Amino acid sequence: MSDVVLAGELPFPQRPDYLAAGSTLRSWLTTTDHKRIAILYAVTITVFFFMGGAAITAVRLELFVPNGWFLTSDTYNRLFSFHGIIMVWFFLVPSIPNTFGNFLMPLMIGAPDVAFPRLNLFSWYLTLVGGAFAVYTLIAGGVDTGWTFYTPFSTMFSNTHVLTAAAAVFVVGFASIATGVNFIATTHMLRAPGMTWFRLPLFVWSIYATSIVMVLSTPVLAISLMLVIAERWLGLPIFDPTRGGDPILFQHLFWFYSHPAVYIMVLPAMGVVSEIIPCFARRRLFGYDFMVYAIIAIAGIGFFVWGHHMFVSGQSPYASLIFSFLSFVIAVPSAIKVFNWTASLYRGQISFNSPMLYALGFVGLFTTGGLSGLFLASIPVDVHVTDTYFVVAHFHYIMVGGSVSAFFGALHFWWPKITGKMYPESWAQFAAITMYFGFNMTFLPQFFAGYLGMPRRYHTYPAEFQLYNVMSSAGAAVLAAAYLLPLMYLTWSLLHGKRAPSNPWSATGLEWTTSSPPPPNNFDMQPLVDRGPYQYHAERESAGTDAPEVQNARSLR
Amino acid sequence: MTDATALLREPWEHFERQQRAGKFGIWVFLASETLFFGALMLTYAVCRVEHPEAFAAAGRATNIWFGTINTAILLTSSLTMAVASQAAAQSERSRTLVLTCLGLTAALGLAFIVVKGFEYKEDIDKQLIPGAGFALSQAAAQLFYGLYWLVTGVHAIHLTIGIVLVVRLIVLGATRRIRLRENPEIEVTALYWHLVDIVWIFLYPLIYLPGRAS
Ligand code: HEM
Ligand SMILES: [Cu+2]
Repeated sequence: MSDVVLAGELPFPQRPDYLAAGSTLRSWLTTTDHKRIAILYAVTITVFFFMGGAAITAVRLELFVPNGWFLTSDTYNRLFSFHGIIMVWFFLVPSIPNTFGNFLMPLMIGAPDVAFPRLNLFSWYLTLVGGAFAVYTLIAGGVDTGWTFYTPFSTMFSNTHVLTAAAAVFVVGFASIATGVNFIATTHMLRAPGMTWFRLPLFVWSIYATSIVMVLSTPVLAISLMLVIAERWLGLPIFDPTRGGDPILFQHLFWFYSHPAVYIMVLPAMGVVSEIIPCFARRRLFGYDFMVYAIIAIAGIGFFVWGHHMFVSGQSPYASLIFSFLSFVIAVPSAIKVFNWTASLYRGQISFNSPMLYALGFVGLFTTGGLSGLFLASIPVDVHVTDTYFVVAHFHYIMVGGSVSAFFGALHFWWPKITGKMYPESWAQFAAITMYFGFNMTFLPQFFAGYLGMPRRYHTYPAEFQLYNVMSSAGAAVLAAAYLLPLMYLTWSLLHGKRAPSNPWSATGLEWTTSSPPPPNNFDMQPLVDRGPYQYHAERESAGTDAPEVQNARSLR
Repeated sequence: MTDATALLREPWEHFERQQRAGKFGIWVFLASETLFFGALMLTYAVCRVEHPEAFAAAGRATNIWFGTINTAILLTSSLTMAVASQAAAQSERSRTLVLTCLGLTAALGLAFIVVKGFEYKEDIDKQLIPGAGFALSQAAAQLFYGLYWLVTGVHAIHLTIGIVLVVRLIVLGATRRIRLRENPEIEVTALYWHLVDIVWIFLYPLIYLPGRAS
């Protein structure tokens, strides 16, 4: 792909960028620049990602043979619990919003920063405090409740470090709320002149909707964890049935957060994919308005389906029926999105650059995960596969196949903008393809094993399931290698990569009109927006006239 | 509005917008807080529906005097806070009025905490802490008291944060390190204060009135 240089513009403007604005540790730890805070988050969650990954590597090794060979059941429980807690709350939830959302959202709407820069930094510190609790939990011996902290096990029976683990999640939840408040206010108050709601890039829409979900669901999680802490620590009888408490209540509160939480993980991913696909297909995004309504619908209906996690909990059958119905309903907007991405590809001039490979991987894996979600939403099938590897495969397709693929897609798409460096494209393509195959090899067999009855959360299993598990473990090794690759070539690119021009992909969108990396205040002049996003035209591309046509208010005078 | 530039902060170009963003942000945060307390009250509601008698008995064991006095204190503090915020918003009002009202608000907030402390002490003396040696016979009364300690505790923490915020304004304002007139931080703090207040308005009947109505 050739670098498009706008007429009259220097390819590499000679002025300080946000990275050069200070290099001391202090300048980073006290920064209020949203771009630097994004980098702080990126480093933090990368560490968490590899910690969670290390834990699960041991799990997959253990599952190589039917009767276990190097872990006690106790250690096994602590490992998968740590994996789940870290991956969900310290990687997936903050991943795209807090890194790419933080970095790009202000750029995409033409703002100099987020609405409350100091709150932004504060929320990163909260993440660190939460992370410290999590790491302490691990050092102190771990926790064995799983990432769901189900009562009464977590309150009465577990003799592991539930308190600090719950505290970790509680604290990081406030980081989420603070970030959400900040993004909502930013989207409302800081859009550049001309950036109307229906000219917002879909990434901004998805971050906005995600923020609303964060602000309205996370406090309920905080309460449910606080109640667990109170019951365990102070002996209050809230969930203890023998003293008048109600154990099902915990599940209602927990899933009222945690189902919307899956949309906190997947909506930003959808936003990323909606940016990448039109760019590398050189096509306008099909059905922009519908995509917006679908985002809103997913965020809204997401609050009303939590009970599909409780079909076997003993809730009333009428409740189960309604939750089942609503779970089918929520599949509709997701299907609309998949349809529109596919339609955008149709007759596009597709180039299979690495970001595009990740985006296409997302669409495939998310669709598989979503379809398996429909199985789970129908009560009889769910009763059959509850707590089996089928569920494990389902949520990994959505969360790992979906969100993590999109995370890597975003990383490759915006890497030149963020770091000002290009990376070796062939390595990136190789990693993307390896990741896709490694992923399917790991999780596809789990659908079969689960359907045939292999339960989750056991470290031994009947010998008949060994073939699936060996495939899965081997796939996990491939996947792990594929995750390590970007770490290497992206580090290489930081040191030796070619300088990136301001718009290496000839993309539309305000973030590409400023230099790479952007200056501390994002734009030299206040941008003025006169049209909607994704104005790609395959025909015009060859003529080289597809440069972003964003005007500068002051340069017009 | 040359004066206002003194209050202008990154990343804002215009003071009015910054002011509106602050207000908007705190409203979004209050929505979040509403769900926080909402989930707690929902928990309370579920438990109370499951154990009406025990909750009535436990409600009668509370000391309604402390609760009522505290309600009066908190409502008064809301008034002084509102006056402070309105006075600050209008440029012709004096600094002294703003500072006095902020001071009264902080003092009333503190008074609430002190009264609550006496009430907690009495509760402890009367063995109203769930666990061994709990005073009431019905098992589910422990549930009531479990929730009582939790919600009043969380409310007191919120109020303490509110007091800290108000005291901060007083200190910075009295030493002239921030300007009080038209400072949006006062209104934002006031909105937070009112939320803490409104939560109490819900807690009061839930805690003190069960079993006393009929
Ligand atoms: C959109 C992204 C989605 C994500 C990230 C996601 C994630 C998850 C997770 C983490 C679980 C595991 C819960 C556990 O540990 O017990 C789960 C289970 C479940 N999911 Fe999803 N899910 C998504 C979409 C869907 C959809 C679209 C449906 C229905 C149409 C669905 C239906 C279910 C059901 C019914 C279960 C419960 C299975 C059981 O526990 O028996 N999910 N999902
Ligand atoms: Cu769900």
